[in-house]
Amino acid sequence: MTGSLRFHVPEPASRPGGAPDFSNVVIPEAGSVDRPAVDVDPKDIRDHAFSIIRVLDRDGQAVGPWTPPLGAEELVQGLRHMMTLRAFDARMQMAQRQGKTSFYMQHTGEEAVSCAVRVALSPGDMNFPTYRQAGLLIADGYPLVDMMCQIYSNERDPLKGRQLPIMYSSKAHGFFSISGNLTTQFIQAVGWAMASAINGDDKIAVAWVGDGATAESDFHAALVFASTYKAPVVLNVVNNQWAISTFQGIARGGAGTFAARGLGFGIPALRVDGNDYLAVYSVAQWAIERARRNLGPTLVEYVTYRAGAHSSSDDPSAYRPKAESEGWPLGDPVVRLKDHLIAIGAWSAERHVQAETEITAEVIAAQKEAERFGTLHAGGKPSARDIFEDVYAEPPPHLRRQRQQIGV
Amino acid sequence: MIEAIRDAMDVAMGRDEKVVVFGEDVGFFGGVFRCTQGLQQKYGASRCFDTPINELGIVGAAIGMAAYGLRPCVEIQFADYMYPGYDQIVSEAARLRHRSAGDFTCPMVIRMPTGGGIFGGETHSQSPEALFTHVAGLMTVVPSNPYDAKGLLISAIESPDPIIFLEPKRLYNGPFDGHHDRPITPWSKHDLGETPEGHYTIPLGQAAVRREGSAVTVITYGSMVYVALAAAEETGVDAEVIDLRTLVPLDLDTIVASVKKTGRCLVLHEATLTSGFGAEIAALVQENCFFNLEAPIVRVAGWDTPYPHAQEWAYYPGPARVGAALRELMETR
Repeated sequence: MTGSLRFHVPEPASRPGGAPDFSNVVIPEAGSVDRPAVDVDPKDIRDHAFSIIRVLDRDGQAVGPWTPPLGAEELVQGLRHMMTLRAFDARMQMAQRQGKTSFYMQHTGEEAVSCAVRVALSPGDMNFPTYRQAGLLIADGYPLVDMMCQIYSNERDPLKGRQLPIMYSSKAHGFFSISGNLTTQFIQAVGWAMASAINGDDKIAVAWVGDGATAESDFHAALVFASTYKAPVVLNVVNNQWAISTFQGIARGGAGTFAARGLGFGIPALRVDGNDYLAVYSVAQWAIERARRNLGPTLVEYVTYRAGAHSSSDDPSAYRPKAESEGWPLGDPVVRLKDHLIAIGAWSAERHVQAETEITAEVIAAQKEAERFGTLHAGGKPSARDIFEDVYAEPPPHLRRQRQQIGV
Repeated sequence: MIEAIRDAMDVAMGRDEKVVVFGEDVGFFGGVFRCTQGLQQKYGASRCFDTPINELGIVGAAIGMAAYGLRPCVEIQFADYMYPGYDQIVSEAARLRHRSAGDFTCPMVIRMPTGGGIFGGETHSQSPEALFTHVAGLMTVVPSNPYDAKGLLISAIESPDPIIFLEPKRLYNGPFDGHHDRPITPWSKHDLGETPEGHYTIPLGQAAVRREGSAVTVITYGSMVYVALAAAEETGVDAEVIDLRTLVPLDLDTIVASVKKTGRCLVLHEATLTSGFGAEIAALVQENCFFNLEAPIVRVAGWDTPYPHAQEWAYYPGPARVGAALRELMETR
């Protein structure tokens, strides 16, 4: 054809064989973004959707107005949560490679996001997580053994072998049953928050989605409903740069940032350094307070990087430079919090090594305990009868007949 | 029937403050079919309210509310508009109890006007019940008269499971025998048009025999109940007409007892034929009544085409088609 139109397909800055290039990720100085009052008019903080709120500077010091009121003990606890998640990931990834389960998804590089947000929440609040927020469970003290039994689909699996590994559910820990269909739960979180408001409760909901899945219609439905009803919900977008092999520019399109999606809905939007435990906590706490004070929803974009593969079925070297994660300008969340704690004299390299040893031992002990109840292909299994339970509150006649057909 | 449906929601909202009603135009205005008229005035805007035009949002928000502990009863303005919310219904509402091992549940009702005969064209006439009956975890209800509509809707709202409640819109104002050129009988002149005041329920999963007969069993539901009755009267075929009322769970016992008695079976629905719910009924009758059958099972249904506008009455499986099928079925030896 001789017309002038040309089709446009966005491309990432670098592909395998190239050098990592994050020159398009503009990183403001730590402490440089102001902290408005929670009842600010969203119109007055539109710039926050295009900046990055950061607390930890390059020397490991906490600086600026977003420095949260967390003591050293709470920060050490946060570090331990992240280290536990990382050790858990390492063991479960290995277990998957050993054939003890079918599937696993790691959090490497994103540990601060879920671990810090959990600590900012209160009992009774409800998360609607994706598959990469197991830190919400670990930071809330959910037993590692129960998580592993779910991953192994063994006889102690709280979900009775029905769900894909890592699709946990725990109402008691404010962790909604994970759906493998992306973004469906973003609008459900808004509905949960609406119900809390209808009921005159004081609980809030937290919605979670990744950068790629913001493209789903459910995301837009959630923003419309959250905006219309001023629902007490925090709308979290974890931008880890990659949706399997698809770079975030495919979902983002021409918009400057994912946070900016909130602006057209009149929803205040903040962008935060997702690898900075203090900044994540502080921004989450701001958004949670807004929700709890009936001021409505907040959209938060956590700028982070998926340092590992998408899942145990994925090989990132096929679509991005091998060394890309080393070039990520916001560093490693575990190292950054560790360096901060050392800088303020609350931690040391020796204590860190010791903690690593303790945590690894704790995770291995949990794994041994879980494996007593079986792994996917060996040992104790859920009953075939469990297929037929919980389809309805009471099995109707046709399910009773089918259950009899397989003799359970 | 509109009043009966409204009354059911009114009764349920009055008894349980966890019942909330919402959807497009359902709040201040009371719904395009007036099924929620007066509920916002009576119970306030936090219990009955308008939503953005977003069926995905309506269903998705309702799931979150149900998981919280409310009992949402939402309206999809036409069943034809349901598709944007279908993923939420199939992947989420239907499976929440199972995938969370009962940790979270989804007690909710999704009401939808269904079916044609109102010159609604392809986007206001569809009967998508088979898209729900195929999904494990859902119950699907189709009332055929005001008395049932009220009792079944109260049961649905009180149920711990997600329920699809399909309201044949051609029946909103009276039973419809499929003779579009004849005057309509209002519900006020029909036995089942009377609804008792206050609370009563009709259990989900129980069919009703609308006409007893010995020659053939007609298995149907919704607006087609009246077409079947008209065809039986007009042909003189002594048909037993079963109104299923609930498609899932299905009252197989009533079906089997009747077909074993009559030895012949006609399955009738307005929805398209191929992979329609009638195929399921025919298979079950074959499995359970094969040695009692004196003739092959016959299906009469909507044609496998989009629902037309001008040619509505050529599409609608009216008494002429059903009558011809009944005669043919009786002649088969």
